[in-house]
Amino acid sequence: MNTSPNMTAPAEGSETSTEDYVTMKVAGQTFGIPVLNVRDVLSPQIITRIPLASVEIAGSLNLRGRIVTAIDMRTRLGLPADGFVERAMAVVVEHDDEPFSLLVDEVGEVLSLPVSERQSVPATLDERWREVSQGIYRLEDRLLLVLSVTSVLSAIGVDAVHAA
Amino acid sequence: MDDLLKDFLAETSESLDLLDSEIVELEQRPGDPALLGSIFRVMHTIKGTCGFLGLPRLEAVAHAAEDVLGRVRDGELSVSHDVISQVLIALDRIKELVGLLGETGVEPEGEDREIIAALRAIASGEAAAPAKAAHNEQKEEAPGRKGSLFERAGGASGIDTACELACAGFIAKSEEGATLEPEMLKLQFALAKGFEVALEKTPGIDIADVLTCLKENGWTKEDIALLEVELGTAFRTLGVEDDDVVSLLAHLHRGEVPEPEMRAEVLPPEKPAAAEKPQAVTEKHDAAHGQNQTLRVNINVLEDLMTLVSELVLTRNQLLQIMRSHEETPFAAPLQRLNQVTTELQESVMMTRMQPIGNAWGKLPRLVRDLSQELGKKIELTMTGADTELDRQILESIRDPLTHMVRNSADHGIEMPHERVAAGKPEYGTIELAARHEGGHIVVIISDDGRGLPTSRIREKVVANGLATESQLDGMSEQQIQQFIFRPGFSTAAAVTSVSGRGVGMDVVRNNIEKIGGIIEFHSTEGIGSRFVIKIPLTLAIVSALIVECEGERFALPQNSVVELVRINRAATKGLENINGRPVYRLRDRLLPLVSLSEILGLPDSPDSPDSDETGPQERDPSDSTYVVVSQVGAFVFGIIVDRVFDTEEIVVKPVSRCMRHISCFSGTTILGDGRVIMILDPNGLASAVSSSPHAEAAALTAKAGGGGVQRNEAISMLVFEARDGGPKAVPLSLVARLEEKDLATAEKAGSRTVLQYRGGLMPLIDLDGKPAERQGKKPILVFVDEDRMLGLVVDRVVDIVEAPLDLHLAGGARPGILGSAIIAGNATDIIDTVHYLRQSDADWFDVKTESPFGNEGERHVLLVEDSAFFRNLLIPMLTIAGYSVTVAEHAEAAISLCKDGASFDVIVSDIEMPGLSGFDLVRQLRADKRLSDVPIVALSSHANSRDIERGMEAGFTDYVTKLDPKALLNVLSRTSTAEMPREASA
Repeated sequence: MNTSPNMTAPAEGSETSTEDYVTMKVAGQTFGIPVLNVRDVLSPQIITRIPLASVEIAGSLNLRGRIVTAIDMRTRLGLPADGFVERAMAVVVEHDDEPFSLLVDEVGEVLSLPVSERQSVPATLDERWREVSQGIYRLEDRLLLVLSVTSVLSAIGVDAVHAA
Repeated sequence: MDDLLKDFLAETSESLDLLDSEIVELEQRPGDPALLGSIFRVMHTIKGTCGFLGLPRLEAVAHAAEDVLGRVRDGELSVSHDVISQVLIALDRIKELVGLLGETGVEPEGEDREIIAALRAIASGEAAAPAKAAHNEQKEEAPGRKGSLFERAGGASGIDTACELACAGFIAKSEEGATLEPEMLKLQFALAKGFEVALEKTPGIDIADVLTCLKENGWTKEDIALLEVELGTAFRTLGVEDDDVVSLLAHLHRGEVPEPEMRAEVLPPEKPAAAEKPQAVTEKHDAAHGQNQTLRVNINVLEDLMTLVSELVLTRNQLLQIMRSHEETPFAAPLQRLNQVTTELQESVMMTRMQPIGNAWGKLPRLVRDLSQELGKKIELTMTGADTELDRQILESIRDPLTHMVRNSADHGIEMPHERVAAGKPEYGTIELAARHEGGHIVVIISDDGRGLPTSRIREKVVANGLATESQLDGMSEQQIQQFIFRPGFSTAAAVTSVSGRGVGMDVVRNNIEKIGGIIEFHSTEGIGSRFVIKIPLTLAIVSALIVECEGERFALPQNSVVELVRINRAATKGLENINGRPVYRLRDRLLPLVSLSEILGLPDSPDSPDSDETGPQERDPSDSTYVVVSQVGAFVFGIIVDRVFDTEEIVVKPVSRCMRHISCFSGTTILGDGRVIMILDPNGLASAVSSSPHAEAAALTAKAGGGGVQRNEAISMLVFEARDGGPKAVPLSLVARLEEKDLATAEKAGSRTVLQYRGGLMPLIDLDGKPAERQGKKPILVFVDEDRMLGLVVDRVVDIVEAPLDLHLAGGARPGILGSAIIAGNATDIIDTVHYLRQSDADWFDVKTESPFGNEGERHVLLVEDSAFFRNLLIPMLTIAGYSVTVAEHAEAAISLCKDGASFDVIVSDIEMPGLSGFDLVRQLRADKRLSDVPIVALSSHANSRDIERGMEAGFTDYVTKLDPKALLNVLSRTSTAEMPREASA
């Protein structure tokens, strides 16, 4: 069931100044999460919908006996998400001892990127995108946004309170 | 912090909680030596351990308090209010110090001189004789008295003194004694504590271990031997019997016989005794190991264990689910075993989490005492069932509500002493705490005999706060109005006092209780007192839940809130109605407010629920039907509309993720047997969704009012069926032995009768007209059985079994076989006269028992005292047929006046539960009348357990019969009449 991220990607350059990211795609855009934050990567799962929960919450899934809240990253980023949840990959992260899974289109390789190349997020970026991004890398062929797990989740917590 | 200190803190804080309530108890029972002994011992242990650990402040305070207690115990000081207060103050200081010690790991700096001085003053104030003399006196009595070795050795203080003497002696005699002097105090405590551990079998380091420790610390053999000799001398000096001294010293070696030359030294007087004694002690010692089978376990370990078991339960469920789809599998047997073991394991682990509820109320006696002083009231707190056990998680959540309610009772409930006296009550108010198991629940009752909460005041407040209108209140029972105290923003206290006015209302209490799936009710009678009844589940971690489905989504509904399930056919929505747009369901005689789960949860309509791929559920309803789960939250009953209902499953409750905690409809989440995550519905949340609408609330109240009606009358189970002319008929279920459905074509003809071979006999079948049943078609048969005789009553359709009060509105009149008509489930229903049919089938069915007693004596006169029209109508014909002449009294008062007027009866048959005077009152009054003291009186009751019967016999009843057993009644009647005859003849 579980497809482990490619952990064997060569760590280029000097170890001290690079950080490893698990890359993933949401609607064509590449994102990265520091590899140490990622607990698991799951193939599409049965996800139980949670009525009345905020829209970003796709539902709950069972990860070896633990109940994991699934976050629909497309909705979180303000993108259309029809039929997305059923075929999404899940990246499991831990936040305050509680497991969450981020639902994304696909999970790619692990990249080791020099910290010095990280740039701040352009101010023109959509608000929803900016608040979850910690920085940006210009790769050869594409851009990689660094996701802040904390901002992705805390925003949902806040939204949830509003919804109540 | 080292381990020793940690242990000390854990042990001490437990002992302190215990002390708190024990000292308050002591005030009430000043003469109780066991209680005093226990208090003294605890204080002594604290003092001793503090000395050992080098905690001078604690030791000094504990020592001073111990002195006071010691004097009380020795009878030199009487238990006065001052004494108790002073000891409690000392206790508070000890707690404070222990608390700080726990935080910082070192004893805080400071002064306790005042407290110690006050304690000393108390201790010396009334001291009549020097302590030593009293000690010796006690010791001299000791040999004559029975008691444990510990007591014979002078108890904790005696041993302490002995150790002190021994240490002093040792210092004086040993060569290096002088160098050891600073350490001697520690040694003394270690020795005293060691003896106590060894003798009292308390956990800790026993005396033999102390000696081993000394050896390890480089003490020479000679020194240890000297110490032993000194100990022996010290005990003898204190008047302990030689035999006992030998036993005591034997403990130094765990009861082993010491080396010969040492024995010579240690036991100078009687050597032969030594051979037997140690052996006896050895046995005792083993017993000690057996008794002390508890173990301190870190709470986290237990929690982890619980989590693991939860996972195991889930996996088990999953396996069982898989197994259901494979009928023939070699795994079946081991899986069954696994299932069993898992259940047992689950129960055992649950047990480890159980704690006596007394832990939650351990602080209350102290609280009540402090309150009564603060308020100037006299209050007594009684507690029963403190050992009732429940899950610690629940225990934690009821601790505060309980404290709050007790505080409320003390503050608002109990009156000032002079008010109480003026009201004719005892000066001391009583607050009662009681806990007991009831089914899978714990029931906790907090009651007081105070002024109660006048309903009129609640009404005023409700109206003033806009919680309800006058007219709404008019439609409510007193009981319903009283429940308003649990509404937010309700407080009847005219003045906010420092005690109750802390911004915590009863609504918070109710919320806390309901959060753990509990129910709280309030009852109050003005001038008599108030009573809170709390019902809480035993455990939260694993619950049984009903799995329901709505719009293709599954949810779990905790079983303990589910009352019943009703299936409604959508096409024929009989009983499903709308009141102002809100759905209600007419369930039997009550209106049930309904909520649609899909509406509450905002589930989108899914035209065809995708159930073909579902695992497990049987396709029960190809037709378009829907289910109503009748649920109860507190006194509020409502129905939840769901699409489908699956079976119940044991589920492990897991907390809801933080980001969904605001959704009140869910109380948790869980994983089902098939591995899917589902949400656990919170009935409280759903109920608030219903009652948030005023319409629904009104409906609920009507429904409740209707329900109240049922309780007033006696409800009995009725079997409702249809036959012949279509109108519903009913018969008390208890008269029906069995229900069968048989193809009547298999019935046979025997003479003019239709009979059926049934259970190895022939059963006549008749229809409702009393004629032999036609032999065709498959029909339900009501089977009546009387010993070896049977009768089958063939009906068209069995409709329902209904719990209904029986009020016969129309008498049967000329219609044979009909007792009368009653309203059952909203329909006029004929109640059939069973006796009529039984006689139809077998004319002498009831005659057999009546032959002998009345053969030639003529009619016997029976007085039937019965308030229920139904039973009158059932019994009168039956008694008449059996040859009695029947006089009826509708209540006990009528019966008494009949008897007083000189009417004479051969036998009286009386109901027990009647409005006004009960059957017990009646029989007592009748028995008081000399003329009537001999008349047999038979009690007739719907319940007849052995306690009732005993009570009835005590009251003076001759016999006791259940209402729905006419045969037994006839038997008893003929028996009592026969028994009566010789007596009458001789008179």
